[in-house]
Amino acid sequence: MNELLAQIRTRLGAFELDVELSAPAQGVTALFGRSGSGKTSLLRCIAGLQRAPGSRVQCGDEIWQQDALFVPPHRRAIGYVFQEPSLFAHLTVRGNLEYGWKRVRPDERRVRFEEVVAWLGLEALLDRRPNQLSGGQRQRVAIGRALLTSPRLLLMDEPLASLDLESKGEILPYLERLFAELKMPVLYVSHAPAEVMRLAQRLILLEEGKVRAAGELNDLLTDPNLPLAHLDEAGAVIEARVEEHDEEYHLTYLQTSGGRLTLSKSNLPVGAVSRVRVLARDVSLTLTQPEQTSISNILPARIVGIAEDRDPAQLLVQLDLAGSRLLSRITRRSAASLGIGVGMEVFAQVKSVALMA
Amino acid sequence: MGLTEADWQAVWLTLRLATLTTLILLVLATPLAWWLAHTRSRLRHAIAAIVALPLVLPPTVLGFYLLLLMGPNGPVGELTQWLGIGTLAFTFTGLVIASVLYSLPFAVQPLQNAFESIGQRPFEVAATLRAGPWDRFLSIALPLARPGLLTACVLTFAHTIGEFGVILMIGGNIPGETKVLSIAIYDHVETLEYGRANLLAAGMLVFSFLVLLGVHLSNRRVRLYRL
Repeated sequence: MNELLAQIRTRLGAFELDVELSAPAQGVTALFGRSGSGKTSLLRCIAGLQRAPGSRVQCGDEIWQQDALFVPPHRRAIGYVFQEPSLFAHLTVRGNLEYGWKRVRPDERRVRFEEVVAWLGLEALLDRRPNQLSGGQRQRVAIGRALLTSPRLLLMDEPLASLDLESKGEILPYLERLFAELKMPVLYVSHAPAEVMRLAQRLILLEEGKVRAAGELNDLLTDPNLPLAHLDEAGAVIEARVEEHDEEYHLTYLQTSGGRLTLSKSNLPVGAVSRVRVLARDVSLTLTQPEQTSISNILPARIVGIAEDRDPAQLLVQLDLAGSRLLSRITRRSAASLGIGVGMEVFAQVKSVALMA
Repeated sequence: MGLTEADWQAVWLTLRLATLTTLILLVLATPLAWWLAHTRSRLRHAIAAIVALPLVLPPTVLGFYLLLLMGPNGPVGELTQWLGIGTLAFTFTGLVIASVLYSLPFAVQPLQNAFESIGQRPFEVAATLRAGPWDRFLSIALPLARPGLLTACVLTFAHTIGEFGVILMIGGNIPGETKVLSIAIYDHVETLEYGRANLLAAGMLVFSFLVLLGVHLSNRRVRLYRL
């Protein structure tokens, strides 16, 4: 398996990068942090585009950098997607896709050309020139071009950041389907919470060149001591399976490990697995199970953490629902009048739930 | 009234000189321009200045020093004599060497500009797509620098054809050896043969125009560098 292990230590002017990270052989690990936190430099060091003497990079059983050993980027089995698509202007889409494909020995190819073209919906674009494509189409070509080198590791540096909203919406479903298929670690750099919540399984939080926290996506999203929980759009992202549709009331019931959630009817088929997002500001707490209420999602929960919010009137409460974590943002006064504390059993009232597909 | 045999000789000599100069400069200027575009060495400023010298020097100054260098008492002259090939002054070979030096900036600068405008990104992308350094140069740098390459060729060729001062100094006026078009035109004017001078001059004018027109049509991105 191609697990990625990297220890990167380097100094860039006044900035110091000192990161130790691992990414499992499959799944998306997001590198999240503000601009200037060292995300891109970290990715470039892992790819070997930037020299970082004294660092160590290993992917599966291949060591790419250690002590005096430094494998140049063109001998590392990486796929790299840059922020700007950076297609070769003198080649057609096909020429761009074939550039890396031709440079990999046929017996080392693990994807078929047609397969990648189909994954990314590029069939109709093959004979076009890069300047005849939209931003989203260009980035799809760039992703295909990287995948066609049969990489053991996929590095993506804010691949959606240079795109307008419409192009982002167009490319996200491709990425989701792709990430479900790929059998390699994906490191995905982003500073957009919405993208990370939708695409990542794991999260590495970077701050000023250091790892602030690393772990499962939802554990970090709902950790009240981390900055993610203090965003306006802070909340939890949990896996859910479509259980049934209620035609009469136009509702859909979802099964999560924390219990059943109800939301407006979705067009996902029964059995489909998706992610739901529950914003902290939509979760309120009661001590007893309310009986006469208009809120349909009421789940038993246990309080596992409490922290101050940026707004001095508010508190952030982390909840455990049989393994799933939720975050609730309530006023300090309510907390005092309910007398809540860590370890207490409460009921979480969820005002709204959004499916993320 | 057509061209005389002597005039045709001058035309062919000029074309041979310009073609050879262009080919030699392509081979020399491409690595030099690549180096200037990418090096961080402090030497690059000095080298860039030396390359640009022929742009500002009067051709007679360049020709004068080349004459001294290649003459029987100059270091190059002594070397070539020792090697048994005599002196290069007043020979076609001497003309080629002088033309290469004189046209150097016209080949290096467009190429250097073209290489610089590509930036680092395409090469990084190519590296992540398994292309090694030579591969990147051939598959990325050269195709993307094509407009600059074309400009360099055309400018070198045209500039060599129009050369006069350097040739007068180092080549003199030997028919079939160093008597190129510009010298032939000058000769005709000196002997008041305005008709024949006009024929050659008009031919050059039309030729130059057609070459530049062709370049512009085949590649609209080509910009002529201010001379």
